[in-house]
Amino acid sequence: MAGRPNSHDPKLLRRLLRAKDRMDAASHEEWPVERLASVSGVSEAHFARSFKDAFGVPPHRYLLTRRIERAKALLRDTDQPIIDIALQTGWNSLGTFGRIFRDITGESPTELRAQERTGDHALNEVPHCFVSAAHRPNLKMAVSEKRRREAGDNGSAPDDKEVP
Amino acid sequence: MSQGVGVSGIYVRDQDEALAFYVDKLGFSVHTDAKNGDYRWLTVQFPQQTSFQLGLFKPQPPTVDDATAEMLHEMVAKGAMPPLVLIVDDCRAAYERFCKAGVEFTQEPVERYGSVDASFRDPSGNGWKLIQAR
Repeated sequence: MAGRPNSHDPKLLRRLLRAKDRMDAASHEEWPVERLASVSGVSEAHFARSFKDAFGVPPHRYLLTRRIERAKALLRDTDQPIIDIALQTGWNSLGTFGRIFRDITGESPTELRAQERTGDHALNEVPHCFVSAAHRPNLKMAVSEKRRREAGDNGSAPDDKEVP
Repeated sequence: MSQGVGVSGIYVRDQDEALAFYVDKLGFSVHTDAKNGDYRWLTVQFPQQTSFQLGLFKPQPPTVDDATAEMLHEMVAKGAMPPLVLIVDDCRAAYERFCKAGVEFTQEPVERYGSVDASFRDPSGNGWKLIQAR
């Protein structure tokens, strides 16, 4: 039977994890479904659903959280101009970056940079990647949905596609 | 005499596969491999670190029931188990060696915070950080 793959099959989950790892390693790159599906050896038709079943978020939203996480780290740890950070983390324009950044974190990149610099860091002894994971934005709904709710749910918010 | 943690284990989907990975690819050696029916107590050691054994355990009855075993297999395959750190003298050299052996790296060596680190996974999905000793 060529039905939907069983999303509890550990062999499938392991292959989906490979797609997640690849996004982690290169979140600045474009990750269209066909690319992710081929990494996982899953049909394009089933990939997004299987990924969401496994990891709780759709693949594109996962990618957004990783990009924002990297951007936050660069804002905190470097003096690079915000435009450079935007381009480096996978956005094509400063406008889109700023908007999605604010939608997800509730602050602008400039505000976040100022704030992160004032806090002290007791995390020096923790390996970098785990610190970074601890700061990962917890994006539980679509960016467009978050925006809609904040706009008072009156349907006036733009209905952007989530694809970065 | 020495006190401290002697054995800590990770879950693997297949103990033969895990043994081949940790011994043949990463260079661990077998400390104990004891079978009793379906149950197999399997631990490996990193050379020169004789006070610690890494257990390679399969979630299975009788230690857990079938449903729990299935759940644990899923968690491992999703990469949801806790982080593991392997310390080496030379991260880039270890990376080259492990790559050649066919280890699946998820991050190439990066120099930061006065050290070099990389990441890889075992066949089951357990994630390791490979960190150069400072």
